[in-house]
Amino acid sequence: MIRGLPEEEFFASGHRACAGCGAAIAMRHITKAAGRNTIVVQATGCMEVVSTPYPETAWRLPYIHGAFENTAAIASGIERALKTLGKKYNILVLGGDGATFDIGFGALSGAIERGHNFLYVCNDNGAYMNTGIQRSGATPKYAHTTTSPAGRVIPGKLEWKKPLPFIIASHRAPYVATASISEIPDLYSKIKKGLEIEGPCYVQVFSPCVPGWGIDSAKSVEVARLAVETRICPLYEIEGGILKITKDIKEPKPVEEYLKAQARFKHLSETQIKEIQAFVDGEWTRIKELEEKKCRFY
Amino acid sequence: MPEIVVEASRAMALGVKLCKPKVIPMYPITPQTHIVEALAEMINNGELQAEMIHVESEHSACSALLGAQAAGVRTFSATSSQGLALMYEILPIISGNRMPCVMAVANRALSAPISIWNDHSDAVSARDQGWIQLWVESTQEAIDTTIQLYKICEDHSVLLPGMLCLDGFTLSHVYERAIVPEQEQVDAFLPEYKPYIKLDPEKPITMGPIAFPNSFMEFKKMQHEAMLQALKVIKNVHDEFAKQFGRAYGDGLLELYRMEDAEYALMGMGTLVGTARVVVDKLREEGQKVGLIKLRSLRPFPKGELINATKNLQGLTVIDRHISLGYEGPLFSDVRSALFESDIRINNFIAGLGGRDITQKHLRKALLSLKERREGGWLL
Repeated sequence: MIRGLPEEEFFASGHRACAGCGAAIAMRHITKAAGRNTIVVQATGCMEVVSTPYPETAWRLPYIHGAFENTAAIASGIERALKTLGKKYNILVLGGDGATFDIGFGALSGAIERGHNFLYVCNDNGAYMNTGIQRSGATPKYAHTTTSPAGRVIPGKLEWKKPLPFIIASHRAPYVATASISEIPDLYSKIKKGLEIEGPCYVQVFSPCVPGWGIDSAKSVEVARLAVETRICPLYEIEGGILKITKDIKEPKPVEEYLKAQARFKHLSETQIKEIQAFVDGEWTRIKELEEKKCRFY
Repeated sequence: MPEIVVEASRAMALGVKLCKPKVIPMYPITPQTHIVEALAEMINNGELQAEMIHVESEHSACSALLGAQAAGVRTFSATSSQGLALMYEILPIISGNRMPCVMAVANRALSAPISIWNDHSDAVSARDQGWIQLWVESTQEAIDTTIQLYKICEDHSVLLPGMLCLDGFTLSHVYERAIVPEQEQVDAFLPEYKPYIKLDPEKPITMGPIAFPNSFMEFKKMQHEAMLQALKVIKNVHDEFAKQFGRAYGDGLLELYRMEDAEYALMGMGTLVGTARVVVDKLREEGQKVGLIKLRSLRPFPKGELINATKNLQGLTVIDRHISLGYEGPLFSDVRSALFESDIRINNFIAGLGGRDITQKHLRKALLSLKERREGGWLL
């Protein structure tokens, strides 16, 4: 229990997630921030499977799961229905990176363009973990997944991760933020903010997957923290189109420390690690520039 | 009750308006669009208190339908052809969650080759997804059946979604005389929507859980039983409607035309039935003992009623506006399966695909085929 957070649990223990599951840590604290007056819409994925085995449920909030790619559309329907009923609840939309970056991107883009009042939270662990660790648009470059295996010819995934928070911000979303399960108070306040601000808000939570990343189940928070400290996972928020870094990393650790902690990167050559370091440095400079020059996303 | 000359799509929209849905997610596709355009006008002119959601795909239209209904309000949407195909994934999710959503399908062929014109391949291909399917012949029937469908689907012994199937263009774009009921009449017939379950922080429930092999079949069995129960409810609601509004369509499941002493009959759904009525009349004038069976409810399928309706026939010819490629007309398969213990001869014609006209000549040839010992086939 982290000091200062509400004691009431809305994501009950006894769910079937793996020991050390980053997403389960995220669910627990996201729902604490949202509170009782909340309707949850969740995409197909690990979190749905582990939390709703009929006739059991881990959810102490009204909850609906429809399909993989349509949470933003289901939420749109709920939001407009509540409007006609004159009711106002938090609408918390939850999906993994496969549901958000890839298959549900169209539905999310449409819902944000229409301006529905909800908070969409993407649990980003960088692959389709529920189906057995397949490559997604959020998978980092060179990561080994079961569909981008580190082979003798092709060394894992060949492309960089899709810059989804910036794409969402460009939709004129009033609030976009990145968060990590290693920074719970920051995650908590970003969820609160995303629910308070009127309109479609988006928070992307960086969360390790124990079997997917090949890490020890006791190390998921530690590895998430390394991602922040190496600038792999920059923490920022974009409010009203203006970016602000919420955790400045003045003396970053080398990305190698983060990469070496995970089996999915164990095949990496020195050159590949250098390439990743250069990319991360470049991205950080770009984000810094956006902040310093007060560049507007819209 | 004002009688007006109205396009069937607009009439549908007027019927929907009388049922007061609160959320209407929609995505344009020909030939359905006139329905939602009319509803958009009504909303924007303040005549209908509802929210239209201009979703970015039919997949999302169907998903928003689920969300809105789950939040506790009456909903409506409309689609056709590829649009229904894109919704396909969500159809069994709505029925499996027992959400009584109502949707119009202005029936249109499925691509390829692309065709905007009518046949029944879109909705018939979706018939196994747990939606009640009522098929209509005329503008008046479209209005009346829409009002009935909400009451049928929302009945707590049913709780299933429903599709109102009307032929694209051959009905959706046709102007006919129709009576639009008064709001007070509909209010007396169709009560305010009271959700059986809803998403409510006061009483949290989990919708759409994962079912393991030890419970999945029970869910499906309950849905099937609700479908069978719907056979009774469709009839009862139809009878109640007939009493209150003075218009009836057979028993609500089947409509029989000149079947009293008929030896041979045609069977089909949708607008082709209108042409078939004329053919039957003409053959009757020639002294032929022929009749017509219109199927209104494809799902649930009225097996018992069909057995009764056909027991004195010598031959029944089924017209399918769709083909299960590699086998036969799906309606024919259903009919033959229902009648397999009877000794009536049954044959099948495939007709009207992709908007091909179904003419009197076609139907005359089909209706006399069994009497003249000819086989079924394609009415090209």
